[in-house]
Amino acid sequence: MNKRRLTQWVTAILSNSYLPGWLRGTIYQGKYKAICVPFLNCYSCPGALGACPVGAFQSLAAGFSRTISLYLTGLLLAVGALGGRFVCGWLCPFGFVQELLHRRDGSRRQLPRALEQVKFVVLGLTIVLPFVWRDLTGLAEPYFCKYVCPAGTLGGGIPLILTNSGLARLVGWLFSWKLFLLLVVLIAAYFYWRPFCRVLCPLGAFYGLLNHLSVWQLHLNRSRCIGCGSCARQCKAALEPQLHPNTSACLRCLECVKACPTQALSFTAKGQPSRPIAHTRDL
Amino acid sequence: MPKKTGALLFVVGVGLMLCGLYRQEAVLVLEKAITICLQCIGIG
Repeated sequence: MNKRRLTQWVTAILSNSYLPGWLRGTIYQGKYKAICVPFLNCYSCPGALGACPVGAFQSLAAGFSRTISLYLTGLLLAVGALGGRFVCGWLCPFGFVQELLHRRDGSRRQLPRALEQVKFVVLGLTIVLPFVWRDLTGLAEPYFCKYVCPAGTLGGGIPLILTNSGLARLVGWLFSWKLFLLLVVLIAAYFYWRPFCRVLCPLGAFYGLLNHLSVWQLHLNRSRCIGCGSCARQCKAALEPQLHPNTSACLRCLECVKACPTQALSFTAKGQPSRPIAHTRDL
Repeated sequence: MPKKTGALLFVVGVGLMLCGLYRQEAVLVLEKAITICLQCIGIG
């Protein structure tokens, strides 16, 4: 098992390791829930030990006080400023689930680039709607979580409904809609690499905006690049790291860095790598 | 240049986070996160 896969397993298990919740159909209510994880992980998942930043941000914004959470904004900004979408590529449990479902025949299906811009619209709506779209009582709702988030359906909705008969009796059209959306995402994940992350995830969109600015970046040493295209062939998001190493569409899985035979690509905070070229005999 | 901007954004992010913690926002997050969000799971 490679390092990235191991990290994804460990993150997914640790962030959802509240066993009594899984067994009883309840959620963890201890003090660690005040800590937000930097990835999409529904806090209504029975095993979740931390809070989801998107859910928490929207819930705070949706209240009477319309709180713009500095804690959450600062957390996401700090994490994104360090590594951009590195969180997506290495930590996010829902991204991991999609990867596990993806077929391993080596083919790369490219999503229409326009579709990959949708996540920025979703990000805008996720931030703005809870502040402006209010009902007669003056309250809003966490609209992204309620109508879109398939991670919440998979991690929270389905396990709770299966283990909590009281909740199961409340299921209606909304759950059917979210279940449908989840199925669409999971089926798409078989054909396309991480479709939700690339098309709909507001957190991915936010981190993606920081890909160009983050401290750790993909660097291409042009004097070492031999133009073999190994990095592009390895990229499951069908990007071209040798041309645009820090595009917002890059999930920073860093498979391109591993694939480069001359170590022309590196993920570093120091600029150009200074390591000697290896494997040149194999070219 | 991007590295410096990134470092600056990181400092700003940590600063905002500390301001938020000072404003007791962690308590607000806790209050929200310890209740099952029916909307999040597709009920309600």
